[in-house]
Amino acid sequence: MAEAGASTLQVGGEVLSCSLVEQELSRRLRRLYPVVNQEETPLPRSWSLKDKCNYIGLSQNNLRVHYTGHGKNHKDAASVRATHPIPTACGIYYFEVKIISKGRDGYMGVGLCAQGVSMNRLPGWDKHSYGYHGDDGHSFCSSGTGQPYGPTFTTGDVIGCCVNLINNTCFYTKNGHSLAIQPVLYPPSGPSIKLISLQFRDKDVVRDSVKCFFAQVQSNLYPTVGLQTPGETVDANFGQQPFVFDIEDYMREWRAKIQSTIKQFPIGARLGEWQAMLQNMVSSYLVHHWYCSTATAFARVTDTTIQEEQNSIKNRQRIQKLVLAGRMGEAIEATQQLYPGLLEHSPNLLFMLKCRQFVEMVIGTDSEVRCFSARSPRFQDSYPRSPSLSPRHGSSNSHIHSTGADSLTCRNGVMSTKSKQSHNKYPTLSSSSSSSSSPSSVNYSKSNSTDSTKSQQHSSMSNQETSDSEMEMEAEHYSNRDPERSSTRIMNGTYKHEEILQADESSMEDSCAQRQLCGGNHAATERMIQFGRELQILSEQLCSEYGKNTVHKEMLQDAFSLLAYSDPWNCPVGQQLDPVQREPVCAALISAILESQNLPKQPPLMLTLGQASECLRLMARVGLGSGSCSFARVDDYLH
Amino acid sequence: MACVLEAPLRMSVLSEVTASSRHYVDRLFDLDPQKVLQGVIDMKNAVIGNNKQKANLIVLGAVPRLLYLLQQETSSTELRTECAVVLGSLAMGTENNVKSLLDCHIIPALLQGLLSPDLKFIEACLRCLRTIFISPVTPEDLLYTLLPFYQDVLLKDATVISHLMALLSRSRYTQEYICQIFSHCCKGPDHQTILFNHGAVQNIAHLLVSTSYKVRMQALKCFSVLAFENPQVSMTLVNVSVDGELLPQIFVKMLQRDKPIEMQLTSAKCLTSMCRAGAIRTDDSCIVLKTLPCLVRMCSKERLLEERVEGAETLAYLIETDVELQRIASITDHLIVMLADYFKYPSSVSAITDIKRLDHDLKHAHELRQAAFKLYASLGANDEDIRKKIIETENMMDRIVNGLSESSIKVRLAAVRCLHSLSRSVQQLRTSFQDHAVWKPLMKVLQNAPNEILVVASSTLCNLLLEFSPSKEPILESGAIELLCSLTQSENLALRVNGIWALMNMAFQAEQKIKSDILRGLSTEQLFQLLSDSDVNVLMKTLGLLRNLLSTRPHIDHIMSTHGKQIMQAVTLILEGEHNIEVKEQTLCILANIADGTTAKELIMTNDDILQKIKYYMSHSNAKLQLAAMFCISNLIWNEEEGSQERQDKLRDMGIVDILHKLSQSSDPNLCDKAKTALQQYLA
Repeated sequence: MAEAGASTLQVGGEVLSCSLVEQELSRRLRRLYPVVNQEETPLPRSWSLKDKCNYIGLSQNNLRVHYTGHGKNHKDAASVRATHPIPTACGIYYFEVKIISKGRDGYMGVGLCAQGVSMNRLPGWDKHSYGYHGDDGHSFCSSGTGQPYGPTFTTGDVIGCCVNLINNTCFYTKNGHSLAIQPVLYPPSGPSIKLISLQFRDKDVVRDSVKCFFAQVQSNLYPTVGLQTPGETVDANFGQQPFVFDIEDYMREWRAKIQSTIKQFPIGARLGEWQAMLQNMVSSYLVHHWYCSTATAFARVTDTTIQEEQNSIKNRQRIQKLVLAGRMGEAIEATQQLYPGLLEHSPNLLFMLKCRQFVEMVIGTDSEVRCFSARSPRFQDSYPRSPSLSPRHGSSNSHIHSTGADSLTCRNGVMSTKSKQSHNKYPTLSSSSSSSSSPSSVNYSKSNSTDSTKSQQHSSMSNQETSDSEMEMEAEHYSNRDPERSSTRIMNGTYKHEEILQADESSMEDSCAQRQLCGGNHAATERMIQFGRELQILSEQLCSEYGKNTVHKEMLQDAFSLLAYSDPWNCPVGQQLDPVQREPVCAALISAILESQNLPKQPPLMLTLGQASECLRLMARVGLGSGSCSFARVDDYLH
Repeated sequence: MACVLEAPLRMSVLSEVTASSRHYVDRLFDLDPQKVLQGVIDMKNAVIGNNKQKANLIVLGAVPRLLYLLQQETSSTELRTECAVVLGSLAMGTENNVKSLLDCHIIPALLQGLLSPDLKFIEACLRCLRTIFISPVTPEDLLYTLLPFYQDVLLKDATVISHLMALLSRSRYTQEYICQIFSHCCKGPDHQTILFNHGAVQNIAHLLVSTSYKVRMQALKCFSVLAFENPQVSMTLVNVSVDGELLPQIFVKMLQRDKPIEMQLTSAKCLTSMCRAGAIRTDDSCIVLKTLPCLVRMCSKERLLEERVEGAETLAYLIETDVELQRIASITDHLIVMLADYFKYPSSVSAITDIKRLDHDLKHAHELRQAAFKLYASLGANDEDIRKKIIETENMMDRIVNGLSESSIKVRLAAVRCLHSLSRSVQQLRTSFQDHAVWKPLMKVLQNAPNEILVVASSTLCNLLLEFSPSKEPILESGAIELLCSLTQSENLALRVNGIWALMNMAFQAEQKIKSDILRGLSTEQLFQLLSDSDVNVLMKTLGLLRNLLSTRPHIDHIMSTHGKQIMQAVTLILEGEHNIEVKEQTLCILANIADGTTAKELIMTNDDILQKIKYYMSHSNAKLQLAAMFCISNLIWNEEEGSQERQDKLRDMGIVDILHKLSQSSDPNLCDKAKTALQQYLA
């Protein structure tokens, strides 16, 4: 423990260089093990001050190990483990040790061992312990007798140890040359499962079944070195320096191997089955997102039928257009007309829609206030006709697609990037939202946020609306997810749709540009205030009927707060005015409509994608015996 | 011939099929060019992937007609292109198809086609040429001499080469096909030089970064063939850069482990050639940390048999002369153990369970064994520890012994090379070599073997005949002298050297009988022949043999009594001739030995000419020669022997004592000592 104090006392200059080394280390570790969630499962970065034999001394930021015992016989052997075990999500893990001095006899061992293995031994001598020894060049695999393995090693040599969690092997290197591959038996060896053969219908089932498989597997091997005679000194390199052995090349090989395994997965006699399923998925995706002509053409070519009627598709499309244009009143009306009973049966949804309608009134886009202000003819023209299909579908429909898939993509964490993008596309609003730009994206990408109240609001709201447990699960699993890792490409249409929206928006910009409440029209303002009162009444009504609802309360509060500021666009709650905020509302409405029609809320294609990413993430997280998940990423298959 | 019984059946099937095939051929003769074109297109669709159809069409004479149409100036380009496509398709079939095409002189026709301005037609012609040139050449087949002939013709025709070089820029297909043609036609240094002189390196280098994998791969293959054992090309490649990147760097990128195996292996071959040519240092990290490990990986069980053969052969070549690389390779991935697996084909399992597999294994078994032997030979070339590790590998000596008597020349040669490499170990000569009576199969190999085997085998024999080798006796008894003496008469220089070398080793401290046997076996004429050999190595070893023969007094006297005259003549001749210091020194040593004899001394003492020469060399500028001459004198004047007084007097009269006095003042301690000892003889 004495060294602990010493090593923390650093001279100024050294601290600086240390932090540079730290940076380099973090950078290298991120590059080598991109799938590892380092907050959950930290990577080894130094030797442990606690987890070591008394005869071991540490120095130089706990990277240098030297022997302090008498070294009379093997009973004086001493080992030290790294601070953390090797996370399974690494797939392949590697560290190196440089022999600074071979000391008296050079009885040094480099290797791995599990927690609980005695530290009064050299690595390899005991169960769950593996080591390569310098004095005889033998390899010890959980046994007191070693097998002839490689050359001896001594002062100046760099010894590496690589663990392959995909096929449970390890190998050592000397001065950058790999010596030979050996099997490693993991402490409790987990059951091997072929994940791909499991057919999951529901995500919860995926989670549960994968969890129960994973629960039995824990592989906690630590990088370990052992010394036995005075003077022996070694330095560890957990990534602080470039490695002598080209580990990245080895990783590349395995990445390619796993990808080719996936690519060559035998389908065999089930080819027809697969094809039908794929066609179904494509077709349902096209239908879901109203690529009507494409869907029809696809159905004709593949000789399949579209399950949903064209009309129903068009209706949905119309409602979505209205919501996204901020014409909530009309949207609610249309919904009531086309899907009678839907809103009546889901008061929470209705309340959300109405809250949004109020916000739209503040902006001045809702039809109930817009009729008071001078309308731009352009606006009239461009709007109602929008359900033009194939010519524009690439853009307009994809917009809807993005929102339609909202609840799913949120789950995958894609919204963050997407919303950032949409945000940038609204230049006119930028001044108002630039200050609040991050909240707006945070709000949207709730899965990435950690503390935003908005996100809570939104997630709990969706919870109620959809009465689905997905959100719980999401909160459970992804609250800490690294936003960088989220996949953008699931949203294959988002880029274009923004342009169209922008065009639509441009008509509104005229009014927005004035930046006045309800477009500055008095009658409109009055109508808005009246609507606010009605909303208040509705809230009270719901409260008495269904009990107190904090989400509703907050929603209402946020909306009404807009009136408290002279410039709502530039106030703490101003981000509500961002048209991007229409998208979650729209998604909730469309999902409800689809559900009422007994159609899937999300296209199966998106569901499958979500499942695949989900599976991989769980595999990495819980540590399925094979580390192959580290080298298979859904993104690699999305173009 | 085995299917005589089936013949009637096959005939009937054939006639049925040919009826439908005939229709296709008939249409080629239609008067309407449009119908001919349609006929060719239909034929194209009919033959794709159908070997029987291809054979039928060839039998029915479609090839000459297609060639006629292809060459006809009046044919439309479209028709000519389709003809080339069909011919290319026919070439894709069996080897017999290719033979038939070659017989119809398809190559000149296609080469002519390359002059067309139409790219599609050119591509079709190139594709067909490519398919023909890459078809496997079976040396047993006489007809196939046509293929190498054409390959040679192609490369020796300057206009054709320059035209192909020019076509390289036309499209990715021309690039792919031409590179493939080059790499298959280029055989040996002549061809390499031709391609090199036509700017192949510059023209092909940029294809290494093509977007098409096939083009990259074929360009790479081209380089591996061009650079193979060719220092000129290899040295050039090092300095060529594409898009600001030097070729070695590009090759190293192609070695990455996620690249296709074929690409890794081929770029490793390129780097190996460059390294062996001295263009890349053997301690360069791209060799030590990239090429070598890559080649070791190619030897692993996971690779295909062909890849393992190529990997081992290339690695053997890479490390052949560098002990450090040998050491690194020997510890990498347990290579020595890994190679033992090369001898397990065909495995006993495959024999029963899977006929196809057995066939495949059998086909590669020889190649695998010889590749393993080669690599073992390289690994053990210099380092004693590595040799020990190799010999300790399971059944290693048995495998070598078996390899020595295999029918395949390649395997035998490689086994002998391996044995030769291991025979450099004194320890192994005394132990494993003796335990396994290695000399027996080795002596057998030496009978009637082709020269290339003889060279290595006789080198090995040299080592086995070293005096400390326990094999020496049995080898002698099995008639080695005769064999070695016959080797000294060989046209092949290496064989002459090895023969005389082995005899020299054999004569070292040998008994009288062996020495006389050697002299008798060799005959004096042959001995003189060898002493006037143009090669200094042969001369040196022959002198060495003489020196070994002339050791211990009784032997000296005996030999000199029988061959004294000739030997003295030979010695005089060499001392008078234009030879280097080593040769003269060796000759003087022989004289010193003769001077050590009892009766033989007189041969010198009575030969004033020789005495004058000895005197001359005592005052030579080279200390070594002076020393050797002094040995002679010292032997002649040694006191205790009979007649020493007369000899001393005679030599004093010649002025030798004066020289000795001078030499006793020499700054060279050896000379000084020797001179003083000699002078003491006079004092006593």
